[in-house]
Amino acid sequence: MRHLPRRRTAHSFLLAVLVASPVFAQVDFTGEWAPLYHEDGPERLPGPELGDYTELPINAAARMAGDTYDADRISVVPEYQCRPHGGDYSMRGLGNLRIWRDIDPTSEKLVAFHTHLLAWDSERTVWMDGRPHPPEWAPHTWQGFSTGVWEGNMLTITTTHLKTNYMRRNGIPRSDKAVFTEHWTRHGDYLTVVTVIEDPVYLTEPLVRSDNWYLDPGQNIGVFGCEYAPEVPRPEGTVPNHLPGKNPFLHEFAGWYGLPYEATRGGAETLYPEYQKKIAGEYHPPDHCERYCKCTTLFDCTLNSK
Amino acid sequence: MVCLLLAGGAGFAQPPQINPDNVQLTMAPVQGNVYLLMGDGGNITVQVGKDGVMLVDTGFAPLAPKAMAEIRKLSAGPIRWIVNTHVHTDHTGGNAEMAKLGMTHESIGPPRIVAQSNVLNRMSGPQPADQPKIPEAAWPNDEYFVPSKDFFFNGEAVVVYHVPNAHTDGDSIVFFRRSDVLSTGDVFTPGSYPIIDLARGGSLQGEIDALNRIIDITVPAKYQEGGTMVIPGHGRLCDEADVVEYRNMLTVIRDRFQDMIHRGMTLEQIRAAKPTLDYDGQYGATTGFWTTDMFIEAVYKSLSEKTVSEKK
Repeated sequence: MRHLPRRRTAHSFLLAVLVASPVFAQVDFTGEWAPLYHEDGPERLPGPELGDYTELPINAAARMAGDTYDADRISVVPEYQCRPHGGDYSMRGLGNLRIWRDIDPTSEKLVAFHTHLLAWDSERTVWMDGRPHPPEWAPHTWQGFSTGVWEGNMLTITTTHLKTNYMRRNGIPRSDKAVFTEHWTRHGDYLTVVTVIEDPVYLTEPLVRSDNWYLDPGQNIGVFGCEYAPEVPRPEGTVPNHLPGKNPFLHEFAGWYGLPYEATRGGAETLYPEYQKKIAGEYHPPDHCERYCKCTTLFDCTLNSK
Repeated sequence: MVCLLLAGGAGFAQPPQINPDNVQLTMAPVQGNVYLLMGDGGNITVQVGKDGVMLVDTGFAPLAPKAMAEIRKLSAGPIRWIVNTHVHTDHTGGNAEMAKLGMTHESIGPPRIVAQSNVLNRMSGPQPADQPKIPEAAWPNDEYFVPSKDFFFNGEAVVVYHVPNAHTDGDSIVFFRRSDVLSTGDVFTPGSYPIIDLARGGSLQGEIDALNRIIDITVPAKYQEGGTMVIPGHGRLCDEADVVEYRNMLTVIRDRFQDMIHRGMTLEQIRAAKPTLDYDGQYGATTGFWTTDMFIEAVYKSLSEKTVSEKK
């Protein structure tokens, strides 16, 4: 008789714990993460080739923006010198990542994840407390406004209120009307982030990209720092650009890699396997790899690396 | 709705039919003493403090009582200053009514209504035959003709800069120096191509010059974000980086048009070449008050006139 109440108490306690435990954070992403560049290394490390629009489901407007872009813009326009990646591009690297979280001390509920990236010291908050996105009039930011929900063990994040930025760093733009969704999945010491960008201004289909990270508890993220300074004397307000049809660099990429020019122009059609049949016989890769033949880290991803 | 009332002069000063009951106004804090009042028509900038209330622009006349009710949630003080960024009635229509409604027992007279002198000239001058005369109570009573005018109000310096021949020939931008907020009027409208009111002295190059002036005044915080906040004539709250994108767009478009004009292309040939295609999804419109076609025509005319004068 004496033991029964004790057993009942234990059960009650267990039940109370189970009931009180909030359903949150099936996975903890907290930690120091180092980027893996096995995907799209040349684009992410040294930067994309001019005129390379492959793998982008862009429309004619985006293509025109890329064709008329002059890369001098990022140095001649002082305000571009310290412009960070957009939130949709940040996870491409460059640089290491820290993730931490806020737990409400009273309820033990997850309030938010935070990320800090080396590149431009970019910081971002993913709100997990169910708050709504801001109204239409609210300012747009480089990282946007993000909210997350759990889908099983996967964290799905929706981000709005982005500033205009680049889809690819060779002049392919991403508008401030874009919304992107991320799916974060942790496999032990690896983190996979799949990003789906929808942009009614420049995309005809969603752009899907993936990036991977590995847990690196010993890493130290340095301070990025940036101070813009005019470096080239130019009249105020100069915005370097190529006139339509006058950009001399657009065919280089196709030539270097033996691709038919049309295949480098992007567009949804070029993303699908059927397109390979369409250009069969027109693809003549060079006999030997000549550009970015090895590209796994910032240090070995150079033009003439073998 | 961008500057509803423009179109070459005739319909410009005539306010549209607005039922205030159908309009939702939103008062949003910006920073420091400054707020943004949004609804139908131009944005209204509201600065409040111990000295009373200052407005940049007054919106459409029929919305004035409703706008005033929103302002009264922030301050019971008198409206002492109104600045008109330009002449269009979606920015000046509420002048007389707001001046009247803004009077309190603390008032020492009607509010000063500041504007560049071309605004007064246009509001007090002959109106098109199909439009009513603008009552004197709505006219600026504190016009300026020099490059800038400044005063101190609610604990901060307020500097009004004239930016010539941009959206119109009477544009002003207003800088709240302590709050670090710049109100631009319609020289900056982030959701649409700028209306270049050629009939009232606007020009593309003036627009670009005005945007460069805004970029000179604004200072971003860390990594090109925040810092000086920018209230556009229409649309969402912005900062310098948004103005830079807008300036870049207009500069690139200017360069393209200048090249085509110098090559002797006609307006129709330029239109067919789609010189703004890469920006149309962001700023263009195929219907409504200010379409992409109208913008292209205004840019062409603005730059063609310049080219002719250059030849002289």
